[in-house]
Amino acid sequence: MKITIKRYHPHFDPPSIDMEYEVPENMTLLEALHHIKQTKDRTLSFASMCRSGVCGSCAVKVNGKEQLACEYRAQDGDYIEPLSVVEVIRDLIVDFNASLDTLQRASAYPLQMHSGMSEDEERLVERQSDCILCHSCYSSCPVFETKSSFLGPFALTRAYRYVVDSREEEKRAHIDAVIENGIWDCTLCGNCTEVCPQGIDPKSDILMLQSMASRFGYVNPNLSGFGSFGLEF
Amino acid sequence: MFVDVVIIGSGIAGLSAALEAKVQGKSVVVVTKKYPIQAQSAMAQGGINASLDPKDSIQAHIEDTLRSSQGLADEEVVEYVCSQAPKAIEWLDSIGTPFSRQDNRVALRRLGGAKAPRACYAQDYTGLKILHTLFDNCIKEGVKFLSEKFLLNIIVEDNSAKGVTLLDLRSTKVEQLLATSIVLATGGFGKVYGAFSTNGFGSYGEGLAAAMRAGAKLSDLEFVQFHPTSLAKSAILISEAARGAGAKIVDSKGERFCDELATRDELSRAIWQKLQSGERVFLDMRELGEEFIEKELPQERKLAMIYEGVDPVKDLLPIRPAAHYTMGGIDVDLDGKTSIKALFACGECANAKLHGANRLGGNSLLEAVVLGRRTGGVAAAFENEVVQKEYERTKADQNFIKALFNLPNRIDFMERQEFLSKLLYNNVGIEREELAMKGVLSVIRQHQRELAFMGIRDKSPLYNTELVQFIEYGNILELTEAMVVAAIQRNESRGAHYRKDYPEQNDTYKAHSIVWKEDGVLCADFKGKR
Ligand SMILES: Cc1cc2nc3c(=O)[nH]c(=O)nc-3n(C[C@H](O)[C@H](O)[C@H](O)COP(=O)(O)OP(=O)(O)OC[C@H]3O[C@@H](n4cnc5c(N)ncnc54)[C@H](O)[C@@H]3O)c2cc1C
Ligand code: SF4
Ligand code: SF4
Ligand code: FES
Repeated sequence: MKITIKRYHPHFDPPSIDMEYEVPENMTLLEALHHIKQTKDRTLSFASMCRSGVCGSCAVKVNGKEQLACEYRAQDGDYIEPLSVVEVIRDLIVDFNASLDTLQRASAYPLQMHSGMSEDEERLVERQSDCILCHSCYSSCPVFETKSSFLGPFALTRAYRYVVDSREEEKRAHIDAVIENGIWDCTLCGNCTEVCPQGIDPKSDILMLQSMASRFGYVNPNLSGFGSFGLEF
Repeated sequence: MFVDVVIIGSGIAGLSAALEAKVQGKSVVVVTKKYPIQAQSAMAQGGINASLDPKDSIQAHIEDTLRSSQGLADEEVVEYVCSQAPKAIEWLDSIGTPFSRQDNRVALRRLGGAKAPRACYAQDYTGLKILHTLFDNCIKEGVKFLSEKFLLNIIVEDNSAKGVTLLDLRSTKVEQLLATSIVLATGGFGKVYGAFSTNGFGSYGEGLAAAMRAGAKLSDLEFVQFHPTSLAKSAILISEAARGAGAKIVDSKGERFCDELATRDELSRAIWQKLQSGERVFLDMRELGEEFIEKELPQERKLAMIYEGVDPVKDLLPIRPAAHYTMGGIDVDLDGKTSIKALFACGECANAKLHGANRLGGNSLLEAVVLGRRTGGVAAAFENEVVQKEYERTKADQNFIKALFNLPNRIDFMERQEFLSKLLYNNVGIEREELAMKGVLSVIRQHQRELAFMGIRDKSPLYNTELVQFIEYGNILELTEAMVVAAIQRNESRGAHYRKDYPEQNDTYKAHSIVWKEDGVLCADFKGKR
């Protein structure tokens, strides 16, 4: 069977071309990529580590949708390209430095914590803390097209994870950190939730953050024109 | 660039060290060849040990660890690590680790070789959740990360470390990074067994090889732990937690043939012998039930379906043993000090002698946290004179990288690497014998001589992953030579090192094997052999 990979190398002219490769059936996409590199094309560049869906290095787009290469079974005719939104370095390798910075900007870390929590309290953060920072959600988010400074889904989900953590004492400061370029910029399109390989639901976490922010007295700026029903006369 | 403490490796050991060094107000840089969270530590599923159960005790933890070590652990280290374990869990909890809970306390499960439920876990994402919690805290504390930089060498003058040389993957330029103290936390080398290893791509032990080139001593390299239950096709790990909960190991006839809670070396041997006799071996998890598997082992189920096409809730899982953990490493004391001044090591790349001849499940994450923190603290307090200049080592490494691009590439190194991994698995694996190991050694030396005829096809200076793999392969040849020499000189069976030609334990060898390089020549001996 054949798969097509969008290749990219900025020093070449043209920098981007599609290349088709023959690969054996019944392989994960990551196995297929390794197969190509080992036997056909040493210049093919991609990232991987764990091959078991926990290190977050191998996400790519398959037929337009984000997938972990190590958890996706390659199919005949698949079109493989690098993640969107993040900068492409070479072939399927992308830059994570700028995007990982959103964690700092969103204060997505414990601010003031004590130890000890109950079973029920742990369950509140269980799903969110399954995040492997694979960037699938980030790549799928339409907001970045118009606003590159948006904090994005994984940083907001992680911020939420610390807000609802019963050990965290500084809830308010977490909310303060996700207002600007954060929760109100999300269009609630649900793309991120759709593509997350870990079954995390950043959209609903963002909704939760919005309602918490309202309780802390923040107002959704998108609703401020509410009196005119959003219509302009 | 100059910093107080440079840490190579962003796994649980490296990040624990970084946080502790930061507490002392030092400038800390963590270097990694990938991105910070893409470390093998994320793969740990089973748990991290601490005697927290009312029926457990620190003493029992110490005893279990010592028993498993087969006389090769350092009692002082074992006592320290086991007694610090409850505090380490408390610390991890206080900085946000979302451990699973039971009766409103950190939940515990029983892993092989432990007398009590002792492994704290977070579903089967224990390593992932600890690693990410540490990462979040590093961001908070302002630890600086240098991603996509590959450690080439340690800069040493007069047996004192001054810094490291790094290959910047995006530009393929060699940079030097000078520091008052240097901590290696580069992880183990289990992936030298290639497709016969549970480890992730990248666990080839460059940290150990670099330390050896710099003149440091490595110890106990012959002790490689094979995990009895990895998926037959992909060597992906099925955690011991499955057996702890009652999963059975059966042969083709569906019959049990071993004690599922025996130590990993015993089980691996039993399974290996079955496989050698042409049988197939399976893990039977069906009795655990769907609800339990979904709650406690969701990752395992998903991976079994993807890689083996088998749903363990309904069917038998084909398994085989695979290289999993390397007990040996850079020889260090309790403070993480190596034989080179200002050079420290912690985590799986180091041998602090906690595990001896056989590691207990759940003890390595514990080591990474407890000794990682301790080492980070000692390294941060350390003082050393470092002249800021361009060192010879840096220039040599720059020339080395240039030269690699010009190698003739008449022999394909990737084929060689695959071939070597098979040889190692079959001859320096679960069962070993002198003659076969000597054969492997001569193959390794042949490959070393032929390195100059290998090379790379990809000539791009931009993120050249073939170049990285080639350098990794060079390191593999250097390190496996040392490992095989150590395995050949230990004429006895002990823990994970099983010699068919010397099946008994022989206390003449109740000593640590040591390897090091003198003027580029490999030397080997035992420390304290009778
Ligand atoms: C599948 C699996 C499951 C496991 N389960 C458990 C468990 O349940 N309990 C337990 O206690 N232990 C478990 N272990 C073992 C445990 O995970 C490891 O021993 C531990 O995580 C090692 O941590 P570390 O910080 O020393 O190294 P690692 O996490 O391996 O990190 C090494 C770091 O060094 C970097 N590095 C390496 N070489 C270079 C270089 N040349 N240049 C720059 N950077 C470099 C890497 O990028 C990485 O950041 C498991 C291991 C595996 C493979
Ligand atoms: S939330 Fe999901 S998709 Fe986004 S980075 Fe985390 S694991 Fe990946
Ligand atoms: S729901 Fe919000 S964060 Fe998620 S993809 Fe849509 S706009 Fe982005
Ligand atoms: S290789 Fe780690 S998530 Fe795919």
